[in-house]
Amino acid sequence: MACVNPDGTITASAKAILTALGSATTAEQVASLAGLPLFRVRSALRELLGAGLAVLEDGGYRLTDEGRRRA
Amino acid sequence: MTMETESRPAGLPRLNEPAPAFEAVTTHGTLTLADFEGRWLILFSHPADFTPVCTTEFLAFAEIFPQLQERGTDLLGLSIDSVYSHIAWVRNIEEKTGVRIPFPVIADLNKEVATSYGMLMPGESKTETSRCVFFIDPNGVLRAMIYYPLSLGRNMAEILRVIDALQTADKHGVATPANWKPGDRVIVPAPNTQELAEERMKAGYECTDWYLCKKDV
Repeated sequence: MACVNPDGTITASAKAILTALGSATTAEQVASLAGLPLFRVRSALRELLGAGLAVLEDGGYRLTDEGRRRA
Repeated sequence: MTMETESRPAGLPRLNEPAPAFEAVTTHGTLTLADFEGRWLILFSHPADFTPVCTTEFLAFAEIFPQLQERGTDLLGLSIDSVYSHIAWVRNIEEKTGVRIPFPVIADLNKEVATSYGMLMPGESKTETSRCVFFIDPNGVLRAMIYYPLSLGRNMAEILRVIDALQTADKHGVATPANWKPGDRVIVPAPNTQELAEERMKAGYECTDWYLCKKDV
């Protein structure tokens, strides 16, 4: 995975996305705040959902408790 | 199966139809075509990593990358190599030339994306993709494609010109003449009724005749 390293730590770009998710709810907002390409944010958000670090609710992303801890 | 579908070349995409969807391993993680929605995308294939013409092309694509970004356009490479080969190659390019490759590259080892886009030309090579360029609009529709043989490195000015022409055509509802470049006059679509043809001649355009009129945008 591009977001989570084999040892369970998260990559620098994933950390930037988790941090942005503290105040953003859409992929576009996250891309703008994190300074990352939109395609990369969309891909990373899929992984973060799969890893249980974020959830998609009512059309918006938000951090889980674990995601907040890792941000 | 109809006569039309029987005569259609297998695996070749068509202009103005949705570009074939994909989910692929890339040097920037797993990406799907939908990840690029809302922006223009240039998907291009190269024959193989660590080869001379391809290296010059990657350097050239990296050079126009900022200009593509200004045009709201992303870039995505592809070849039938592993992601480890891609990573080694782009690192080697940076080490030897100082140029960082800023765009992702698909590792299409199972040829799935290459086949769906018709990138393989068996007459040229059964194991390498030809030099194909696909211009996909923000709605995921294939708008233009260019195919080059293995021996011919691509012209970046033409790639920028195609993006400029497509975006200009969409924005102003016009067409672009031969050898058009940004700043040149564009072609007003030909009128399709006699009344419109007569009105066209009075509209103040630069007209050679009723069917060939140009204007500034």
